[in-house]
Amino acid sequence: MRFIEEYRKPEIQKRIYKEIQRKSSLLKKNVNLMEVCGTHTMVIGRYGIRKLMPENINLISGPGCPVCVSPENFIDTAIEISKKKDVMITTFGDMMKVPGSFSSLEKEKAIRGNIFVVYSPLDALKIAEENLEKNIIFLSIGFETTAPLIAQTIKIAKEKKIKNFFILCGNKLIPPAMINLLEEKDTNIDGFICPGHVSVIIGTSPYIEITERFNIPCVISGFEPFDIILSIYILLSNLIEEKYEVINEYKRTVKEEGNLKAKKIIEEVFDIVDSEWRGIGIIKNSGLKLKKEFENFDAEKRYEVNIKKYSKNKRNCICGEILKGKKTPFDCSLFEKICNPENPIGPCMVSSEGTCSAYYKYEKK
Amino acid sequence: MKKNKIILSHGSGGKLMYALIENIFLKNFKNEILEKLYDSAIIEFKEFDLCFTTDSYTVNPIFFPGGDIGKLAVCGTINDLSVSGAIPFYISSSFIIEEGLDISILERIVISMKKMAERSKIKIVTGDTKVVEKGKIDKIFINTSGIGIKKKNVKLSIDRIEENDVVIINGEIAEHGLAVLLSRNTFNIDSDIKSDCAPLNELINLLLEKPEGIKFMRDPTRGGLSSTLNEIVKNSNFGIVIYEDKIPIKKEVLSICEILGFDPLNIANEGKVIIICGKKESEWILKKMRENKYGKRAQIIGEVIKEPKGKVIMETKLGTTRIIEMSLGEEFPRIC
Repeated sequence: MRFIEEYRKPEIQKRIYKEIQRKSSLLKKNVNLMEVCGTHTMVIGRYGIRKLMPENINLISGPGCPVCVSPENFIDTAIEISKKKDVMITTFGDMMKVPGSFSSLEKEKAIRGNIFVVYSPLDALKIAEENLEKNIIFLSIGFETTAPLIAQTIKIAKEKKIKNFFILCGNKLIPPAMINLLEEKDTNIDGFICPGHVSVIIGTSPYIEITERFNIPCVISGFEPFDIILSIYILLSNLIEEKYEVINEYKRTVKEEGNLKAKKIIEEVFDIVDSEWRGIGIIKNSGLKLKKEFENFDAEKRYEVNIKKYSKNKRNCICGEILKGKKTPFDCSLFEKICNPENPIGPCMVSSEGTCSAYYKYEKK
Repeated sequence: MKKNKIILSHGSGGKLMYALIENIFLKNFKNEILEKLYDSAIIEFKEFDLCFTTDSYTVNPIFFPGGDIGKLAVCGTINDLSVSGAIPFYISSSFIIEEGLDISILERIVISMKKMAERSKIKIVTGDTKVVEKGKIDKIFINTSGIGIKKKNVKLSIDRIEENDVVIINGEIAEHGLAVLLSRNTFNIDSDIKSDCAPLNELINLLLEKPEGIKFMRDPTRGGLSSTLNEIVKNSNFGIVIYEDKIPIKKEVLSICEILGFDPLNIANEGKVIIICGKKESEWILKKMRENKYGKRAQIIGEVIKEPKGKVIMETKLGTTRIIEMSLGEEFPRIC
């Protein structure tokens, strides 16, 4: 793989950084720029970009980590299904530690041993083909980036007439969540650093509503520190010039129209439904569900489990506010001492891409 | 769910494992030798110190690029003794074998152990064999223990570390963990990465000619560089700064870490040693290290600093700093 070092040349970064400093002096007020992608959050932490910013520029992290936003009852349902006879649960590794209402997959694995980490839904499908006497459930989470792969897996399963493969569908869509944040009363977001990978699939048009309805500039950003710094610079320029547009900084990967094939297959396999986001609540039209013709693969149809809704607030956890960009982990009384990666209370600590986890790893005071 | 169970993270060299050691093992076995929690127990005699260590190996797969479970078992124990400042002499080897394993596979492993022992001039002098029913373990597990002799003039202790001491590593990082992980074929990535698994006694013996400047040594195995450095600064009155652009790492390793989203600082090594030594002596130490096969790429990667106490920080290539946490490590079970 080439072009790792090339994108990390300190000279270039320093030049853009100087420009950011210059621009920041022209700002009339403090600005809050939100990234909506866990990988951006991690890069910002890993390279100390937050600390690099002039005082009047505040980088905040939105609901961009798919693991973090999966609600407790998703984990509870998965655990209930894992107790059924002849079931194997397959999941992305990040989900193992996510706390449900009472337990986590990691703890349940130690009891029953029927929970396995896979790196792709296709691996889960392969396990199904090799274990015909078992029902294989794949915990399907992720944003627009993951959805095409899951859709493709479902199509393959249907073609091959595989009867013992199911998904527990918790997939979510990013733009409705961004709009939801802006519709909140006391929102104070001045610009979005839009997720690069999601945009590879959906293209640039879904963000137009944000710029037009709310007068907020959007920059689609890549994942090198260089990309993020440049995106911040573009956002500042647009704010100063009061230009509210969608700008594609990640042109080397993101096409204006997105990935048409991927979009088509998502439409083919999934319907758009309302969906619950941990810490935020139900967001209209922000989730995916298998279409009727694929419902044979829906784990919730195969196993009817009754999960009681526990709406108890997790002991002063402010993940909800953090996901909305209203607070930072430093505002939380649990952060570090009580809530840490070994003992995560809220979702933002669970995933390595969660805001609290990124702060814990890279920005602890 | 009131009863706590052992989960995989308890064995991963991270914080959960330290909690287990403290709350279960140390609490019950407590004595003045164990409580130091060094790589080897150090038993003091009048003329010399006896170093004694043990380790079990469960790596999956048992053969991987650059090594196998047998080579790992011999090198691991040699290295635990060597970083304690001892010259290793004798090793034991116990085998727990799954019913149904090909005897030819067992012999391949044993021959690999023999070669390593010969090359490192140590003897395997005692052992044990147990066979368990098929399915009760995965192929073969090996335990090795070892003893070595440490001269009285070798004084390695975290207490001797002072501000401005330097941090040296003998070569490129993150190769063992990545080689084992990739050899499981989960990711379908072809690579030439080999485990760095190697015996370090020869390299370290060279340095023990003049041991005065060497304050402390440890091998950054499970949990990688980040865990080892954090173990060193934990509970101490100094911190460590490392420089991103000084840490030796192969391009290919860096690329694969990028693709898979791993931090190379958290990935295991099996042929690396971290040395903390006085600045004055570092030049001689580096020169000596570079004379040895396993020290050619030796490099100063950081320094001991006064503040922040008890923390490891890294100066990034961007010129910013970030905190390096102890790795949680549970992403890859059974790499050693």
